Amino acid sequence: MIKRSIFSSKTLPYLLILPQVVITLTFFYWPALQGLMQSVMLSDPFGQHSKFVWFDNFIALFTDPLYLTSIVRTLFFSFAVAAVSISLGLFIATMANRALKAKALIRTMLVWPYAVAPAISGILWLFLLHPSYGVVSLAIKRWFGIDWNPVLRGSDAMAMVIMASAWKEISYNFVFFVAGMQAIPKSLIEAAAIDGAGPFRRFWTITVPLLSPTLFFVTVMNIIYSFFETFGVIHTMTQGGPGGATNILVYKVYQDGFIGLNLGASSSQSVVLMSLIILITVLQFKYVERKVQYVG
Amino acid sequence: MVEKTPILDTLTYVFLMAGIVIVGFPIIYAIIAATLPIEDVSRVPMPMIPGDQFLVNIKMAWEKGNLGSNLMNSFIMASGITIGKIVVSMLGAFSIVYFDYRFRTVAFVSVFCTLMLPVEVRILPTYEMAANLFGPLQGLWELLHLDGLATWIAGHDIEVTLEWSLLDSYTGLIMPLVASATCTFLFRQFFLTIPEELCEAAKMDGASAMTFFRKILFPLSKTNIAALVVIEFVYGWNQYLWPLLITTNPKMMTAVIGLQHLIPAADDLPYWNVALAAALIVMLPPILVVLFMQRWFVKGLVEREK
Repeated sequence: MIKRSIFSSKTLPYLLILPQVVITLTFFYWPALQGLMQSVMLSDPFGQHSKFVWFDNFIALFTDPLYLTSIVRTLFFSFAVAAVSISLGLFIATMANRALKAKALIRTMLVWPYAVAPAISGILWLFLLHPSYGVVSLAIKRWFGIDWNPVLRGSDAMAMVIMASAWKEISYNFVFFVAGMQAIPKSLIEAAAIDGAGPFRRFWTITVPLLSPTLFFVTVMNIIYSFFETFGVIHTMTQGGPGGATNILVYKVYQDGFIGLNLGASSSQSVVLMSLIILITVLQFKYVERKVQYVG
Repeated sequence: MVEKTPILDTLTYVFLMAGIVIVGFPIIYAIIAATLPIEDVSRVPMPMIPGDQFLVNIKMAWEKGNLGSNLMNSFIMASGITIGKIVVSMLGAFSIVYFDYRFRTVAFVSVFCTLMLPVEVRILPTYEMAANLFGPLQGLWELLHLDGLATWIAGHDIEVTLEWSLLDSYTGLIMPLVASATCTFLFRQFFLTIPEELCEAAKMDGASAMTFFRKILFPLSKTNIAALVVIEFVYGWNQYLWPLLITTNPKMMTAVIGLQHLIPAADDLPYWNVALAAALIVMLPPILVVLFMQRWFVKGLVEREK
């Protein structure tokens, strides 16, 4: 799309877009191309020699049980993070939307964890869930009688990174849900109330359906967050351990590429991640288009 | 509200309080821990009454964590990313919306394609790129066997190595993260909503493109810029993987990365009070930015959905 009324100049528009194009080419297209090339090459760790091997890296990747378990773990992890943070975010937003007094204060109290780095969230929860000093782990041990030890037991470690990642994301979801709820016309809710629908019925038959585009968007953003941005959480809390129990895909790319120095494996993993995120984006835009048609 | 539901209203506030406490608990707990001496922090359960060691712990954290220099690095990186992204994308969007030229669509589509790809999925090749920015030129040089040509021209052996490394530099910390299309897209969307008449009037008054940009477009974009400042500052400050890769020199370490070294290992004395004091300092700048610019931040964040 373009404006009806435009400026005409031979060189100015190119000059204006130049920085963006240069940065995109250097730090996006060229690396992406390199990644694609390396993913079909076998190189030695020092990058001196490489050989074209077709799809051997991908075949090796998808027959590697470690990679396959990592995929399953990542899916479990991201769905758990999305489920926890969306349900809590939606619940708190519904409550905040009902509140009549101190709205601004309530929002302020709930919004700030957005600014906390995933890595710092990891540190805070590492202390809370520490097997010997943590107060939350003490509560888990006392109240539920679970022998909590995320340092040794993989399932506990997974629960730990899920909590730390979901906590930070609650406030992000909260902001979107509150905005979405405020956009729902009051008249609809009032009309339903006159027809005798109670608060819970109204929530399920009006708020949730009208919120579904927001819900969809937030789900996509949460999954992207838990796929990629949780690197800091994993790195500060578990380093993928114990025994690879929290080694999600983005951490594995880092481990194989920068610690294992296996360029081919790391690049083919990057290519898999890139295709995945492109798929998510395409799906999202398809959906958004549908939404626009529906409204119009 | 539509009907009177006193019980539900009370419950609403009860749940809200519970929600606020759950969301705030990790921080409240960290604040208390940061005020205690090490003997109290390692007691199980830790006392919930703040102690008087706050300043002592902060001082220790500041020295052990090298926070002075780390915070400065984080600040430079976060501001660099924020300013870089906003300037680059505003100019780019201006070019795409207000000019018609041959490669307009190509430029827009190629930038737009990068919309969702975070740096995390292309770390290794981007790292290689940053390690030698002239890598592509070097490749081209070798591909065309220009070595031989140079040797032939000069009459003796010449080895050409083109190298410009961004490792351990602010440019390296900032530039790759400026490459993102989200801001460009947002500015484009915003520019498209600006009435045509403004531009027509400006042209009629003889304003040049850049005058229009400075005098009309920029002032109109102020709220959008404010929102992006918050979002991008928080994004830049909280970066983890990229600074971890690109900096090896302790002098270039960012604050969030530096915290990792303060976490007590299994055999260390459990200096959690110091680690948490440092974590509190490091998380403060982005939190302050979000709280003070909350109105714009919420607006800007929600705009991204559209």
